[in-house]
Amino acid sequence: MAKRSITETSPIEVYRLLPRTNCAECGEPNCMAFATRLVNRELALEVCPPLARPEYAEAAAALEALLAPPVRAVRIGEGEHAVTVGGKYVVQRHEFTYHNPTACAIAVDDATPSDLLRERVRTVADFSYNYIGRDLRVDAIAVRSTTGDPGRFRAAVEAVMGECELPLLLCSLDPAVLRAGLEAAGARRPLLHAADRTNWREMAGLALEFGCPLAVAAPDDLAGLRSLARTLQAWGVEDLVLDPGTFPGPGLARTLRNFARCRHAAIRTDDALLGYPLLGAPIAAFAGEELDPVRCAFDEAVTASALLSRYADLLVLQGTAGWSLLPTLFWRFNLYTDPRKPVAVEAGLREFGAPDRNAPVLITANYALTYFTVESDIKAANLSCYLVVAETGGLSVESAVAGRYFSAAGIAEALTASGIADRVDHRVLVIPGLAARLSGEAAEATGWRVLVGPKDSSGLGPYLKERWPPGPA
Amino acid sequence: MNGRDLIGALGPELLGLLRSAGRIELERFSLEIDELELRIPLGAFAPANGGLPFVAGPERPDELLPAEFVPERPMYPGRVREVVLGATRREGGSRGQSLTIGGADAPAFSLFDRPVVNMPIISMDVFDTRVPMPKALRAPFEEVRDDPAEWARLNVSRFGAKAVTVHLLSTDPLIRNASPREAAATVEAVLQAVDVPLIVGGCGDPRKDAAVFTEVAAMAAGERLLLNSVTLDMATAKTLETVAKAAAEHGHNLLAFTGLELNDAKELNRRIYEYLPPERIVMDLTTVALGYGLEYSFSIHERARHAALMGDAELQHPTISGSTNAWAAREAWMPMAPTYGGPELRGPLWEAETALSLLLAGVDIFMMSHPAAIGALRRMIAALCAWPLEEVPEGHANDWVTARLGGDA
Repeated sequence: MAKRSITETSPIEVYRLLPRTNCAECGEPNCMAFATRLVNRELALEVCPPLARPEYAEAAAALEALLAPPVRAVRIGEGEHAVTVGGKYVVQRHEFTYHNPTACAIAVDDATPSDLLRERVRTVADFSYNYIGRDLRVDAIAVRSTTGDPGRFRAAVEAVMGECELPLLLCSLDPAVLRAGLEAAGARRPLLHAADRTNWREMAGLALEFGCPLAVAAPDDLAGLRSLARTLQAWGVEDLVLDPGTFPGPGLARTLRNFARCRHAAIRTDDALLGYPLLGAPIAAFAGEELDPVRCAFDEAVTASALLSRYADLLVLQGTAGWSLLPTLFWRFNLYTDPRKPVAVEAGLREFGAPDRNAPVLITANYALTYFTVESDIKAANLSCYLVVAETGGLSVESAVAGRYFSAAGIAEALTASGIADRVDHRVLVIPGLAARLSGEAAEATGWRVLVGPKDSSGLGPYLKERWPPGPA
Repeated sequence: MNGRDLIGALGPELLGLLRSAGRIELERFSLEIDELELRIPLGAFAPANGGLPFVAGPERPDELLPAEFVPERPMYPGRVREVVLGATRREGGSRGQSLTIGGADAPAFSLFDRPVVNMPIISMDVFDTRVPMPKALRAPFEEVRDDPAEWARLNVSRFGAKAVTVHLLSTDPLIRNASPREAAATVEAVLQAVDVPLIVGGCGDPRKDAAVFTEVAAMAAGERLLLNSVTLDMATAKTLETVAKAAAEHGHNLLAFTGLELNDAKELNRRIYEYLPPERIVMDLTTVALGYGLEYSFSIHERARHAALMGDAELQHPTISGSTNAWAAREAWMPMAPTYGGPELRGPLWEAETALSLLLAGVDIFMMSHPAAIGALRRMIAALCAWPLEEVPEGHANDWVTARLGGDA
């Protein structure tokens, strides 16, 4: 019997299992509203205090089952730095939304001299890029044993732990090596990578002894992967992660096929043996014939991108250069935005610096990235101006112009709604260069003089210096 | 009482038992049912993902429990139409060979349960006038930037382009406002310089584009160009009919461009069907750069392809991506701190990943610019289209776990 998909679960069904007291302790006006937000996965069951009472135990269990994702959510790490992977409800993003952004782990190894190892860990832990007002970062460190020496591995794990709080993956196929790592990091709930056909008994023992999640590796062998998962389930290891193998280059077709097969089986046919998070290893791009590190990092980034699009819940990466990490972290962030809601900022009037009655008036779209980019450029150039943020359905200027979400009529509406006419004495509007073709119609629709600004807001500073105040029309 | 009611009645007590016992064994138990829907509340006992714990499995088995994997092979009622680009002499044009795109009968590069019908194609851009371009993007073409025919030749001879897109940006009233006749002469020069199929791009102005496309369509009669593009704005400006009729009369294809909105895409296609067979329509659903909304493009393409395969005839058209748009992302071209490398590295990677995401979403033809990005996408397409699938090299599978790896970039 296939579990019904999340998109088929109705709020009414959930509502029937709730206490139905409308106590509003969850912050919602009533139980029906709470049920709707539960089904949308905007709130969790724990938000409802009465549900924790003994008399609702059965209902709570039934609700948990009804709302459980077909791909198990597995936590790696402890405390505030823990990262949860998996917890997926759908195959394709647009069917619902993806939860738990793919965790990106950077690999270090136990053959690296301690000072270099520490430096690498610091670089990784400190990496941060501000994007739409958020910091994009790396989520975990994967410690690999290339020496096969338990003592060296333990020392490497200790060195990593000394430098950062990030969750750990301990990577070796030798249980003795992993045990050494666990002696140092066992309390931090690292992910053990990996149990395979030869070592699974010892690996299961370690996972149970230390209470850690366990990755299961069966390269290009889904029957073997299911067999391992089934056996480890029987042993009582609950938190598994599946590694079906990552083969960059010509092997990518096989890689993607295995990932898709796992995810389809888990969600479309409710295969509980494949209902676990998937681990991808773009790092394998460094383990092939190619020796040039730049080419390896390029291939790694491209492989990571493909695996992000194809259901990977956790990625192990080698490259730490910003140019190869950036597109991976961007795409990860983008894929995990909720397709049900555009990434938008509120439309309306923003004020920068100390604008007077002759200050420039600019207009832009309400796509979050567009807005934050323009905002940071205005601040960087130290401009005093007004910025009208038009409602463009959360689309960028270029897309909004193409899709007619940013139109002359829309500009006129935004100007009026912003009340800007009362704040300035002039009637001159600077529109984005990418909306240049609206300039004529916008002038007609608004009655304002319309100037075409730069295509990229980084040019606003020089543009206004040269063009503001504007001469006679 | 039917099975559903029985379980319903037993349910609460079963649950109570399970909570205390964790596992129960049913002895001398039989149940006759005709319609049974088991709802086992998985969260009620451990192990949560452990299947049905009614049956006591062996405790900690000593050997691997057997399991098999039977891949599913879903069939879809719908199929994407095929569109032929370019016409050979025998077909009434002058191209060395024509290209067929589309034909998909399953989601792209997902379960790999059947060979790809037609391999995705990359068309290389040519711009007919100097427009501001990031240095890293224009560097490979610096010598030919003022000569579209030479640019097209370079694309084909040096970079192996299978198709070329001529963007007639000079016709833009806001740029140079070149005449339709001038534009047609440019296209003619490119047709003479190379013998690959051509895509002809306008400037985006619904009236001017109509005039240009009509002129170009007549000049290049029989060449099976892809006119890029017609829009709902043209329908509003009442110029769509002119262009569609010109395409129909002179044997060209139309690219229907809409902005990330499937209802618009369907409406535009319906308008075009009045003049042109559906086998001559390609859709551009809009490509936004990575970091600037690529996820919208990705999901709209996944949705469009899913709908097409499920039988929505108005979306059963091949799709195109203007992946050069990736360079609109400032992260592609901006100078940044040393760890981010130069735009000559970041830019091509940005373009390649923008295209790759849409390749996986089902796009059939790409308009691209940077040779390094094109090289990466070509290798990807070759890897994904190989049939039967490439084998995994023996013993290389989990090397990354223990291998000493090359230096970090």
